[in-house]
Amino acid sequence: MLKMSVPCSLPTMSDTTAIRHPGAASQSAAPEFLVKEDHHPENGTLLGFWIYLMSDCLIFACLFAVYGVQGRSYAGGPSGAELFELPLVALNTAMLLLSSITYGFAMLKSQENKLGGTIGWLVITGLFGLAFLSLEIYEFAHLIHIGAGPQSSAFLSAFFTLVGTHGLHVTFGVIWLVTLLFQLKRHGLIPENRRRLMCLSMFWHFLDVVWIGVFTFVYLMGVL
Amino acid sequence: MDLQKLVFGRLTWDSIPLHEPILVATFAAVALGGVVLLYLLSRYRLWGYLWRDWITSIDHKKIGIMYMILGIIMLLRGFADAIMMRIQQAIAFGDATGYLPPHHYDQIFTAHGVIMIFFVAMPLVTGLMNYIVPLQIGARDVAFPFLNNFSFWMTTSGAVLVMMSLFVGEFAKTGWLAYPPLSGLEFSPDVGVDYYIWALQIAGIGTLLSGINLVVTIVKMRAPGMTMMKMPVFSWTALCTNVLIIISFPVLTATLALLGMDRYVGTQFFTNDLGGNPMMYVNLIWIWGHPEVYILILPLFGVFSEVVATYCRKRLFGYTSMVYATIVITVLSYLVWLHHFFTMGSGASVNSFFGITTMIISIPTGAKIFNWLFTMYRGRIRFELPMMWTVAFMLTFVIGGMTGVMLAVPPADFILHNSLFLIAHFHNVIIGGVLFGLFAAINYWFPKAFGFRLNTFWGKCSFWFWVVGFWVAFMPLYILGLMGITRRLSHFTDPSLQIWFQIAAVGAFLIALGIACFLIQIYVSFRDRESLRDVTGDPWDGRTLEWSTSSPPPDYNFAFTPRVHTGDAWWHMKQMGYKRPEEGFQPVHMPKNTGAGFIIAALSTVCGFALIWHMWPLVVISFAATVIYSIYHTFNYNRDYHISAEEVARVENERTLQLANHV
Repeated sequence: MLKMSVPCSLPTMSDTTAIRHPGAASQSAAPEFLVKEDHHPENGTLLGFWIYLMSDCLIFACLFAVYGVQGRSYAGGPSGAELFELPLVALNTAMLLLSSITYGFAMLKSQENKLGGTIGWLVITGLFGLAFLSLEIYEFAHLIHIGAGPQSSAFLSAFFTLVGTHGLHVTFGVIWLVTLLFQLKRHGLIPENRRRLMCLSMFWHFLDVVWIGVFTFVYLMGVL
Repeated sequence: MDLQKLVFGRLTWDSIPLHEPILVATFAAVALGGVVLLYLLSRYRLWGYLWRDWITSIDHKKIGIMYMILGIIMLLRGFADAIMMRIQQAIAFGDATGYLPPHHYDQIFTAHGVIMIFFVAMPLVTGLMNYIVPLQIGARDVAFPFLNNFSFWMTTSGAVLVMMSLFVGEFAKTGWLAYPPLSGLEFSPDVGVDYYIWALQIAGIGTLLSGINLVVTIVKMRAPGMTMMKMPVFSWTALCTNVLIIISFPVLTATLALLGMDRYVGTQFFTNDLGGNPMMYVNLIWIWGHPEVYILILPLFGVFSEVVATYCRKRLFGYTSMVYATIVITVLSYLVWLHHFFTMGSGASVNSFFGITTMIISIPTGAKIFNWLFTMYRGRIRFELPMMWTVAFMLTFVIGGMTGVMLAVPPADFILHNSLFLIAHFHNVIIGGVLFGLFAAINYWFPKAFGFRLNTFWGKCSFWFWVVGFWVAFMPLYILGLMGITRRLSHFTDPSLQIWFQIAAVGAFLIALGIACFLIQIYVSFRDRESLRDVTGDPWDGRTLEWSTSSPPPDYNFAFTPRVHTGDAWWHMKQMGYKRPEEGFQPVHMPKNTGAGFIIAALSTVCGFALIWHMWPLVVISFAATVIYSIYHTFNYNRDYHISAEEVARVENERTLQLANHV
């Protein structure tokens, strides 16, 4: 049985600042309930950025899944084996992998507190990124030119969207990198900039990992 | 002519629906209301106040309140759609065609679903979590206060685009999930689906970012001593909900992007030819869609847990099992999506797998129901409004859950799929669960947010109209569904069905009264705020930390960060005779307000609008502006300030005086 209590009047009475339950008040062992000194929770930016990357990873997961479903739906058009030029893709991959290494060097320099070295390696990273993008744009333009555009078959739709989304991410990575260069120039390696450097680093390596998936799953398995 | 096409794209004077008297009248009313609002804002010189204290505010409490206001406004729009459908279905029989032409009716049921899920339930739930979670875990704000403001304005931006579709062009006529090929270019060449896509994409960014924000807040910013298993249940459910947001909203983004590719680039993802596969869309969208319904309900499970414990003056029964039930639901919600389309023809083994996982979800949910019941058992129950909503929830939701288990049986689903039985089922759980929970939450935490309690008389009127209205409106749909009537029809030929639709319409009107009473409740409470004032900050004799600070809480939430020793931290503090400190205040480090979130979201709205209407130059300009402004914002390193110790002391002393003078 439920025990219905008498409708309780609202407990609004309180004539001192003491709180209403004096019951067990007087023990001396009352624990400390407040942090008297200035309290600062840990900065959560890196955790937050990690989570963001994982959510972005899910977007790629969807695109990979779609490619998995439709990657062989050629609709009578050309297949990957006919279209992909592995030497070009190998070069492309090399550009991106090298850019990850150079970003690593930039991080090492930043840990040694060397602003010039950091900026230098970042510039090289950005150039590798641009080289990657140029090669990708060349590849896309070539495919569209020979009539194998994203409209021609579900396979090509999935290919262009997956690879293009990765390329779009790299593009934004480059824009971010340029922005960060200006900010490093202006403020140096202050904590905020180190944090941003770290975030971009994670972003950049993440794109590298995704590309390894693209390279294996789309290109290598595509020419089989 | 060409220049006009370049600048305005598809938008012409014909796109303005001047030939639809209903829309013209609505527009007139909205415009009039808008003008009055603008006049009042100017008259009382509120623009500066609004901009400084609300629009640019990064205070989680104000953002939470703004989310709630957005949700309530959109509720009115979504409900207007609902009652229009109910009237149409009650009268459109035989020769009578009703008052809504099919193309208008189709837009209404689409808009109703989209608005109710994305722009009513989501903002209300997010607003609640935003307001309460930091207070419950003893934090001064969320982890990323600026992002919080930005998220809110992105959500609002999506809502603005949906509202615009009412008067400029049209909305999708596809149903709320816009299945292709119907939503593809071939069968929906108009702007409707594009409004749908861009409104949801923009709002989706906001939702995802606020999900990340709250997860990091809960993981990193709990008060010292508050281990995970000492965290209030509402915060636990908020954590699980936001984890679900993070793992499901990217899927929605990707899916809608692919649909957008089909419509804008001419790709073949979901078309019927050249290798396209519409069923892939249905799979993808439900991989988002099923977790989404748990995103909506989980926080309310948390609310009921808080409410039951408070109003029964007992520790929640089975805290640990409650937490694990929540986690199990979180995981399982990702493994059931296929039950939305058993009829796709995936075969008996696939269907039985998803049928069984679906039924398994009812186990942790049932455990929760028993936990609430056992908390009530031998509790000193006070039937305040939140408790009334909770009891109504338990009765209603259990029925909705059971019809859900019925639908989880694939052979039964083959008969009930897309019938009004399904409609009755999900309204049964969404209204009976999410909405009742939101009303419980609003009545429970309103005094915390505004410093005065809500009027009980009008609250009870609202409660009874809603609960009775719900049952009257949806039980007939169960019956009709069992008779095989499908959803989304604007006209019927069999006159014997009419009576059920008429009863349902009566129910909808009862719900309308419930909404009216709720609005009156807020007005009356505001009018009588002095007599309803809560000076203590703890009007219900609460158990969790949000009740330990004043109502409304100061900007910095807590003058001193609480130190937690047990679950139900505030109850413990009261038991141990905690005394509020009156001196020794420290300066508090706080983030600064910024208009950047509002500006970026406004630019995104323009960009979305331009994309919808194919105004390509404007697309380029507004997108570039969005990116450039975002970059400009990152050059601002001066983002925080200190509230001085004197200021903290002044605020706290004021409260001390208030408590002392209060008899």
